[in-house]
Amino acid sequence: MPPATGYPMTLGQIRDLLACDVICGHDLMDMEVGECFAADLMSDVLAFSRSGAVLITGLASIQSVHTADVADLKAIVFVHGKRPAEPVADVARQQGIPLLTTGRFMFETCGLLFSHGLKPAGKE
Amino acid sequence: MDESVLYRETFSITGNDFERGGAAASAVKAIMRELGLDPAVIRRLSIANFEAEMNVIMYAEQGRLEFTVTAEAVKVVVADRGRGIADIELAMQEGYSTATAEMRARGFGAGMGLPNIKRSTDWFEIESTPGVGTTLRYGVLLGAAGGRG
Repeated sequence: MPPATGYPMTLGQIRDLLACDVICGHDLMDMEVGECFAADLMSDVLAFSRSGAVLITGLASIQSVHTADVADLKAIVFVHGKRPAEPVADVARQQGIPLLTTGRFMFETCGLLFSHGLKPAGKE
Repeated sequence: MDESVLYRETFSITGNDFERGGAAASAVKAIMRELGLDPAVIRRLSIANFEAEMNVIMYAEQGRLEFTVTAEAVKVVVADRGRGIADIELAMQEGYSTATAEMRARGFGAGMGLPNIKRSTDWFEIESTPGVGTTLRYGVLLGAAGGRG
């Protein structure tokens, strides 16, 4: 039986694939993820994502971290080289949410992750 | 029906305080985890709380989120003092919004807040007086009483 949540990758593999800088959560790179949800509109994430996904976003405000927390998302990958301010990273550290940033654009980021087997985390 | 209160706490929310936007929802979530509530219930309520908190920050001067747990349900009241909503039916329509550019730059203000709260909860009531403020009442049923788990 194939895994129900798609082919898992570790955050470390995602970091290497997308040439990410790890902003926080260096000790959580062994965490496995099988699904992604990509959006800049946090209301879309809250309405349509499934728990356990990685959030791909260009929104680097504190709201992205709180969104990941309340929606049970495992980690955030910021695209376009976006990097949250230090107080935002502090909240992510407290909440145990790893933050990564890649210079790649949203479309490339999603395409690469999709082609490596990660699945969409959208509700039916 | 056991309506005795097992836990109650009230959180203050300040209008326009975007840097703390989501702090109340995250704090309530941590409490729900400590109380051992079902993860699906926690997620649904946390989504509703976050949207309601952002609505106060975006549209009101001051507000409070009152969180109550009984054996039957988790109940939330979010009441604010602010501009209020003139046409609730319109505000409940997905996509309708009076948001500013800053609100949209925060990932909110797309006209999905109230519909998201309704969608995530087992009941949802809204009262508003233009120029005075808005009160939301919503919640999720627990245990055997819960519809969606």
